[in-house]
Amino acid sequence: MTEQIEFRIRRQDGPETAPYWQAFRVPWRPGHNVVSALMVLRENPETASGERVQPVAWEFNCMEEVCGACSMMVNGVPRQGCAALIDDLEQPIVLEPLAKFPVVRDLMVDRAAIFGTLQRVKAWIEIDGAWSVHQGAPRISPQEWLENYHYSQCMSCGCCLAACPQYGPGNDFVGPNALAQVRLMNAHPTGRYNRTERLHAIMAEGGLSDCGNAQNCVRVCPKEIPLTTAIGELGREVTLQLARDLFGKS
Amino acid sequence: MRRVIVIGGGLGGLWATLRIAEAGFRVALFSLFEVKRSHSVCAQGGINASLDTKGQRDSIWQHFVDTIKGGSYLANQPPVKSMCDEAPGLIQTFERMGVTFSRTPEGIMDLRLFGGVRNKRTVFAGASTGQQLLYGVDEQVRRLEAAGEVEKREWWEFLSIVRDDQGVCRGIVAMDLKRMEVKAFPADVVVLATGGLGQIYAPKTTNSTNSTGAAASRVFQQGALFANGEFFQFHPTAMLGDDKTRLMSEAARGEGGRIWVPKDPSDQRPPNDIPERERFYFLEEWYPTYGNTAARDVASRAIWKAVRDMGMGVGGEDKVYLDLTHLDPKFVELRLGAILRIYRKFHGSDPVTEPMEIFPAAHYAMGGLWVDYEKNEESGGLSCGSTRNHATTVPGLYACGECDYGYHGANRLGANSLLSASFSGRAAGEAVVSYLKGLEPGSDSVPLSRAFEGEVQRQQAINRSLMVSRGGENAYALHRELGELMTDRVGVVRDNRQLDQAFGELKALEERAERIDLGEASGWANQTLSYARQVRDMIQLAQVVARGAQERDECRGAHYKPEFELEIPQGKFPGDPEFEVYRQAWKENNRKWLKSTIARYTPDGPEVRFETVDTTILPPEQPRDYR
Repeated sequence: MTEQIEFRIRRQDGPETAPYWQAFRVPWRPGHNVVSALMVLRENPETASGERVQPVAWEFNCMEEVCGACSMMVNGVPRQGCAALIDDLEQPIVLEPLAKFPVVRDLMVDRAAIFGTLQRVKAWIEIDGAWSVHQGAPRISPQEWLENYHYSQCMSCGCCLAACPQYGPGNDFVGPNALAQVRLMNAHPTGRYNRTERLHAIMAEGGLSDCGNAQNCVRVCPKEIPLTTAIGELGREVTLQLARDLFGKS
Repeated sequence: MRRVIVIGGGLGGLWATLRIAEAGFRVALFSLFEVKRSHSVCAQGGINASLDTKGQRDSIWQHFVDTIKGGSYLANQPPVKSMCDEAPGLIQTFERMGVTFSRTPEGIMDLRLFGGVRNKRTVFAGASTGQQLLYGVDEQVRRLEAAGEVEKREWWEFLSIVRDDQGVCRGIVAMDLKRMEVKAFPADVVVLATGGLGQIYAPKTTNSTNSTGAAASRVFQQGALFANGEFFQFHPTAMLGDDKTRLMSEAARGEGGRIWVPKDPSDQRPPNDIPERERFYFLEEWYPTYGNTAARDVASRAIWKAVRDMGMGVGGEDKVYLDLTHLDPKFVELRLGAILRIYRKFHGSDPVTEPMEIFPAAHYAMGGLWVDYEKNEESGGLSCGSTRNHATTVPGLYACGECDYGYHGANRLGANSLLSASFSGRAAGEAVVSYLKGLEPGSDSVPLSRAFEGEVQRQQAINRSLMVSRGGENAYALHRELGELMTDRVGVVRDNRQLDQAFGELKALEERAERIDLGEASGWANQTLSYARQVRDMIQLAQVVARGAQERDECRGAHYKPEFELEIPQGKFPGDPEFEVYRQAWKENNRKWLKSTIARYTPDGPEVRFETVDTTILPPEQPRDYR
């Protein structure tokens, strides 16, 4: 008999229905990750006890840990399913929808809140238009580039938010990912022009001061983004901004 | 108020959205998922623009020449010229958006060397250029979204266009992927930016699982023409996977990686236990001059030959070794860190101590929806803002990005894909703005409710029939069969007998796909329903690829039919009589085959005709020659 991969998956048929658990077995193959095993399972969705059920719904796309789609809780840890190799995981592998987000169906969650928050903190550079102005942006030193590049790899996957004790329903904390984007945009040579607006956005309710410094975010980020460093830097920026606000300077 | 619909939120779709919204027209942006997850993020290497900052006197002209010759002259030259002309300004615009391009010590954008060219011309952002570019445009679109100028409809699947009595596209029908509700959306103009179709070769493709080509297939089946379908770039070195295959950059060979198989295919030993004399370094043996650094298509064909024709694949499987273990680990780590991380992460073993296992994979579709252009006679490039640029054969329907056919001819130059996606998105956006400005006032008031209702009902009927079908066919199994069939018979190496067979098998698959049994009837977030529909549309598009390959009796770029190969005489160069004989034969062949393949849908299968290519800027005098 071939070796089997054992899964326990938290199912939920819709946003309003109660979750339930099902166990599944998938034949082991070298190189399997959580998503590739789920792909095998969906072709013939039968529980471990042989009951025919509806296929498990979940999101995935790039399969290279760069699109952020397949975030889920794998053995209790928020991460990208495609990069979770079966051979590295303890079995039965427990899959749950990404914490903190409303469940759509099974392992599919609604992450619209992430993108709403990016609007709230104005995570973009103001440009006159997407046409050529016959020059680029001002120069950026290689050192500064390297620091910025860590933050620009954030794929809005939501793992840091799932791990953050402060983030969640009933709280409007913007979360570490949005804070890191403020750090990134404020560092850009022309992004700096709108620094004050972004800082004000994170000085408001649900902003920087809601961070409880648990440091979970930085431990789960699949891109190893130094989220807590960004939060520390922003702390200093916000203090300076408070002073500027007090003395009437922008 | 004018209404614009853009479908697809990768680089092409976001650029189009940006330019249209900036011109004051409100855009509804449809995407299967959150746009930030689009396949553009997968491009790693970079984006070409002749910035000439490396003391090599690189020029826009040379970029143009490299692109045209790389594509074996099959691309119409005016759009390519404009793309190369505007590349530097486009890169600067990305830089203004805050894209984190890698820097030189003095703080300007760095350039790297890419395959198939002599000059450093590729701007890059670490090893994630596509991701960085997409995020730059995504942020700008979000800025417009916050200002109410863009409305995103994520989790909606495009099903079809709606045409009026004159055949003009007047909107779309789409399906909410949560509620599974089918709805009509009237529009004055529609832009399709739905990417590539690598999934027809699944799992042997580097494309994301959503790059099915279904959207392009749907408008093709509704009358839009599809061009150059047979031209598909296969990347020689993709790491193996049952889900998809992941790209291992050419740099692995460039830095000294060696490709080999055991001389004895039944050899069961782990690769490190196989002594040097029992290994077959076939690229080095067959191509002594270039060895392992042979061009992409040459390397793909060599691997194919060793594995499929000679049966030399490791363990009898589609597998060869890409070996870095003889190199200094520190050097490998320094130069190939990004690749090593991907391989370790997804394969679990370390390429520094164990050879990687790789095989060619479908990487990029040069073909796509046929789109028009208007030439500016003075500049030779595009007439900017012409309503003809990027217009499909359906009035009011535009296409840009990988789902059009415009910029790469028979093969794509490395680092030109991010460029064509961005440039074509912007050009399509500008064309759409002109189109909207030229529309008769009040033309949107024509009552079309019957056409929309009819189309909604037709789409609902398709869903209903799938929901109740008990035909016994499994959509996932059909897709796998499709991928195997395309890989085996319409892949790296082609011959007419195999292609004829392939076409018959595709027809059989099409029939079986009518009897798909979903195995679930849920009316909420039913992924199998959406998938089953896509599988049907993939089978249609696969027929276009196969038909084009059948008809084209020559070798050109990525399309390789050895029976018709014209080989450059070894050791002979321009001026040598043997080379000139070859050149004459090459020109003769061009007279017959230097033409775009244009496919039109019929229920019996695609019908193909050929169309002249505009080669007025760089006439085809010099064969592509990478010696």
